[in-house]
Amino acid sequence: MKILLMGNPNVGKSVLFSRLTGVRVLSSNYPGTTVGYTRGFMKVNDEPAEVIDVPGTYTLEPTCEAEEIALKMLKTGDVVISVIDATNLERNLYLTLQLLEKDIPVIVALNLWDDTRHRGINIDLDKLESILGIPVIPTSALTGQGIKNLVRSIPRASAPHAPALNLNERWALIGNITGQVQQITHRHHRWYERLEDASVKPRFGYIIAALVLSASFFIIRFIGESLIGYLFDPLFDNLWTPVLMKLSNFMGGGGFWHDVIVGKLISGEIHFVESFGLLSSGLYVPFAMVLPYIVSFYLILGLLEDIGYLPRLAVLLDTTMHRLGLHGYAIIPTLLGLGCNVPAVLATRVLESKRERFIAATLVCIAIPCVSAQAMIFGLVGKYGVQYVAIVYATLFIVWLILGTILNRTMKGLSPELLIEIPPYRFPPWRTVFQKLGMRIRGFLVEAVPIILAAVLVINILFVMGVFDYIANFAAPVITGILGLPKESVTAVVIGFLRKDAALGMLALSPMTAKQMVIGSIVLTMFFPCIATFVVLLKELGLKNFLKSAGIMISSAIIVGGILNILL
Amino acid sequence: MVQTLSEMRADECGAILEIHGGQGLTNRLGALGIIPGKKITKISSASARGPVTIQVNRSQVALGFGMASKILVNVDRKAG
Repeated sequence: MKILLMGNPNVGKSVLFSRLTGVRVLSSNYPGTTVGYTRGFMKVNDEPAEVIDVPGTYTLEPTCEAEEIALKMLKTGDVVISVIDATNLERNLYLTLQLLEKDIPVIVALNLWDDTRHRGINIDLDKLESILGIPVIPTSALTGQGIKNLVRSIPRASAPHAPALNLNERWALIGNITGQVQQITHRHHRWYERLEDASVKPRFGYIIAALVLSASFFIIRFIGESLIGYLFDPLFDNLWTPVLMKLSNFMGGGGFWHDVIVGKLISGEIHFVESFGLLSSGLYVPFAMVLPYIVSFYLILGLLEDIGYLPRLAVLLDTTMHRLGLHGYAIIPTLLGLGCNVPAVLATRVLESKRERFIAATLVCIAIPCVSAQAMIFGLVGKYGVQYVAIVYATLFIVWLILGTILNRTMKGLSPELLIEIPPYRFPPWRTVFQKLGMRIRGFLVEAVPIILAAVLVINILFVMGVFDYIANFAAPVITGILGLPKESVTAVVIGFLRKDAALGMLALSPMTAKQMVIGSIVLTMFFPCIATFVVLLKELGLKNFLKSAGIMISSAIIVGGILNILL
Repeated sequence: MVQTLSEMRADECGAILEIHGGQGLTNRLGALGIIPGKKITKISSASARGPVTIQVNRSQVALGFGMASKILVNVDRKAG
């Protein structure tokens, strides 16, 4: 049996899902789309049943890709649990009425039931059941109340084959139903409702946003750096290094395959960032540098998402983002990018159109320095003075604005207008938070890590074969002529093409003035993303758009570097 | 007084009169309960043609400035 969980977004569907299913939860993308959904398993009358958490939808007359898929999934199910937010009966009944017109048994889970009382809402369950003609079970997924009753009642689900109505008839019917079953007593606003309103109003909204964002960054950095410093680095240093050194000795300490697999030894030792072997940097970069930030970012992002803050942030920033051809939701990948560009590029999937995904991903790769790039900028440019660090950041921010505007003006298509529901603030149960986190980490490991390893292997072979020296000769006139960088830095910049982490370090080895260091760091940041982002970007955009994006990166890096060379 | 949703001031309420838009827009808004006849309250609008937030039924919805200017509202004004 296949059970579909359907409902509007933000009705606690995912919490209910995690209550119904066990630990075996799978997340997949609907074939050929970027719309994700989760599946799990449960027992109904001792028979195994598959449960599908269908993407949230407001209507069965699809208005976006996710809703189209919800409609397609509906045709494959045996029974639907229509999850309704009991505190918002009117809007939620719209989808339920549409479901009743279809040829599939439906049962209603009247979720957030415990919330109705202190919101002053009284619903007559028996009457609602008899009007709809299907079982209505009050549940509270948060506390687990009513879940057993819901499972027991699934076999009672029925298909009343209601006559098909149009939009206005349906709303008229809903008005009629709620008039009969629902009583609302007026009461005063609570403090969190005031906060809800305040966080979308411009003045307080921006103050709240600044507080929330800076707190998030602090926590994300703290968790990420702690994981690296206390868990991943010791693991690699104490357990993996000895194994690799043995392998290195076994392979003779040098030579073509040694350098490809283990990496170049740096003063006789393995350097996880600079050796660049498949088994040294190839494993260290995704696992010890990126993974810790994926964990901490997705934890905080998941919390902000489930609490209901992100839609408010999107509303606040929509005006600015619109100029860049994006709508407010694009702030999520942008923020993620400041930590690590890999999850940022993956997160562009939340955007509706291909055009938006392209602009967002390209902007992230060019103008948003990740944590490790920022650490390098502070370390290298900071030596010359804080004002130079400020120049780097200001330049990148201006590039972000200008390039976004240019892409918006020149690319075909319009940026879609914002239309989102702003859910009330709710604190999610930790179980759901960690389940979601687990799924996202698994997604990264399965989708990104294998391609990163493959790319490292290919680049290693090219590097050891000397292809980069050839490119360096070719690029030298641009780097010294247009960018005004010293001859010694040519190799560093070219290597930065694919080995960003090592490149900034190599820049420091050549004699540089403050101006050259500023230009060098900006060019390296804009030039190309790190190898991990590079592969994820290729996968998300497809080859054609990836080449386009890469072309924009290289040309804008050279143009901006050239302008700075003249201006500074 | 009849105004578009984008012209209304924050904290004013009124009933939706008309939605000037194609079938697509009517459906998208309709699914959220934004239909002619519905009572709404404007919560806030962002500056510089930013999105407008309204209360409709028991939920809050943010919609782009362009959409908001296609929605005509019969605004309630208290006398005096």
